[in-house]
Amino acid sequence: MSNMNIDRRSFLKLTALGLVALAAKPALDLISKPSAASALNGPAPGGRLVMVVNLNACTSPDGCIDCIAACHRVHNVPDIGNRKEDIRWLWDVSYDQAFPDQEDRFVAEPLHDRRVLVLCNHCDNPPCVKVCPTQATWRRDDGIVMMDYHRCIGCRYCMAACPYGSRSFNWRDPRPYIKTVDNSYPTRTKGVVEKCNFCQERLAEGLQPACVEACSNGALTFGYLKPGTEVYKLISSQFNLRRKDELGTRPQVYYLP
Amino acid sequence: MIENILKGGKKYWLLISGLLLFMAAGLAAYLQQWDIGLAVTGLSRDISWGLYIANFTFFVGVAASAVMLVIPYYLHNTKEFRRILILGEFMAVAACLVAITFILVDLGQPARVFNIILYPSPGSIIFWDVVVLTVYLLLNIVLGWVALDAEYKEVDPPTWLKPLAIVSIVWAVSIHTVTAFIYAGLAARLFWLTALLAPRFLASAFASGPALLILLALAMKKWGGFDPGNQSLDRLAKIVAYAIIITVFFLLLEIFTVFYSQVPEAMAHFQYLLFGLDGHYSLVPWTWASILLACTAIVMLVVPASRQNRSTLALACAAVFIAIWIDKGLGLVIPGFIPSPLGAISEYTPTLIEILITTGVWAMGGLVLTLLFKVVLAVRQGKQ
Repeated sequence: MSNMNIDRRSFLKLTALGLVALAAKPALDLISKPSAASALNGPAPGGRLVMVVNLNACTSPDGCIDCIAACHRVHNVPDIGNRKEDIRWLWDVSYDQAFPDQEDRFVAEPLHDRRVLVLCNHCDNPPCVKVCPTQATWRRDDGIVMMDYHRCIGCRYCMAACPYGSRSFNWRDPRPYIKTVDNSYPTRTKGVVEKCNFCQERLAEGLQPACVEACSNGALTFGYLKPGTEVYKLISSQFNLRRKDELGTRPQVYYLP
Repeated sequence: MIENILKGGKKYWLLISGLLLFMAAGLAAYLQQWDIGLAVTGLSRDISWGLYIANFTFFVGVAASAVMLVIPYYLHNTKEFRRILILGEFMAVAACLVAITFILVDLGQPARVFNIILYPSPGSIIFWDVVVLTVYLLLNIVLGWVALDAEYKEVDPPTWLKPLAIVSIVWAVSIHTVTAFIYAGLAARLFWLTALLAPRFLASAFASGPALLILLALAMKKWGGFDPGNQSLDRLAKIVAYAIIITVFFLLLEIFTVFYSQVPEAMAHFQYLLFGLDGHYSLVPWTWASILLACTAIVMLVVPASRQNRSTLALACAAVFIAIWIDKGLGLVIPGFIPSPLGAISEYTPTLIEILITTGVWAMGGLVLTLLFKVVLAVRQGKQ
């Protein structure tokens, strides 16, 4: 025990040193860190990524949920089985719910009766990113709004800030509610927020997002928004809608009515 | 001085045991929440904040209200506040701790809370709130303790105490303004998107905090043999009267703007709060109870006879406290989420576990308050 003897003086010294180091770390990080955000920021050769949803081609009113099933399968999204704790990356809602500001008795009927696919809008000015107290969510240069499930403290400020209800919280451990775990994507723990990530992990392998690949009607188009691309042609040639774009969030999911 | 918390009569230990009992129940409930997750609460994907955040907001207000003693005492030389100034500062300490604890119990991953410090995010209002609340807590510990220590040693308080008190005035305003900004900066929630939110918060804080302090002072007079002095209570009661009137006035301003302008989404939130929406009424009785209590309290506080009578004053202060706890707690948080951005209307009912955790946190605040007030009493009684 004799060599374990630490007198009061050296104990205080060590404690003080530890405290100083603790205080200095964030300050040092601020000047020196290659932040997690930039490390994961893939090069953005083509500008920003957008999704175009063609409401006329989508057969969700007939009960098709191919895209939703594919998305939730590859991302290990649990099926908790109660509305209160539902976790959704991609789902369908009525026209009124998707576009509350467009609610109008005289919107053409076929349009009004449509189900509308909704997901994270990967806003250019994302309110969720602004409010996060730990930078657990951030926007990449190519526009994808990312989530770090390991940094999220579960304060749910982002859920309050999102005008689209696109964020879900793990109210309990989701793992028992995943039918088959896909090992190519992490499962989540209780107490963190999650949402659509534009299939960032598939894009890195040169694949299209799972929902786009699963749709057999060509209702979903995904790509870089720049002259000449498919998405560019679609949204520059016809009238399109974005959800609540009057809020200044600049959502990047475009709807062709 | 601190040793006095271990010397008390039967009533003192009874109070301490009662508070410890509630804390133990709260802790047991919290262990459930820790184990299972926030699924044990009544929260949902549409209503993602509830009782915890409501209480957090309310107690930040109680903490900020110490300034209603500090301003008159330090800036206007209001001598009659001398005897209760330290009580106000210690009440702020307890309220600050309660507010911070409510943030902690609301987190999905509480073990990661230091990520707020490790990855400082100046763009996030929660980051700033944590910073200002922590500093305000320290300020009030120092202000109260140093002043009490000087009293104990029968010397004048150190000269640096007054500048520090002035800093605490600005700081008190900042904690509640920043807390209002958590809500008022969200374009997604029209119910909170109003520049009036910070002034509303401050006004209701300056009613609820001093109301609580009056109740505590009266209780200590009755059971603790402490005389706060009639003049100081009178003055505090007037502060409560003005503040509760301004609070109700501000609420009416919101209601006018929303219902006269007729913007559908903004109206829907207030409809839910005041009248219920689409067959969902669970908040309506609370809202009207709050309005009724506030109006009754205004009458009781404005009429000199009932303001000066200690029993009716206590009733009026209790009414103010409960009215604002509803108005600025669940009445503020829940309608922000109803209807949801997608138009969903669901209800929120706190679960028993949530309520036990909440009462546990209150009891923790009550314990801190009791211990600190005990020291004050002991120091003062030693003088007599």
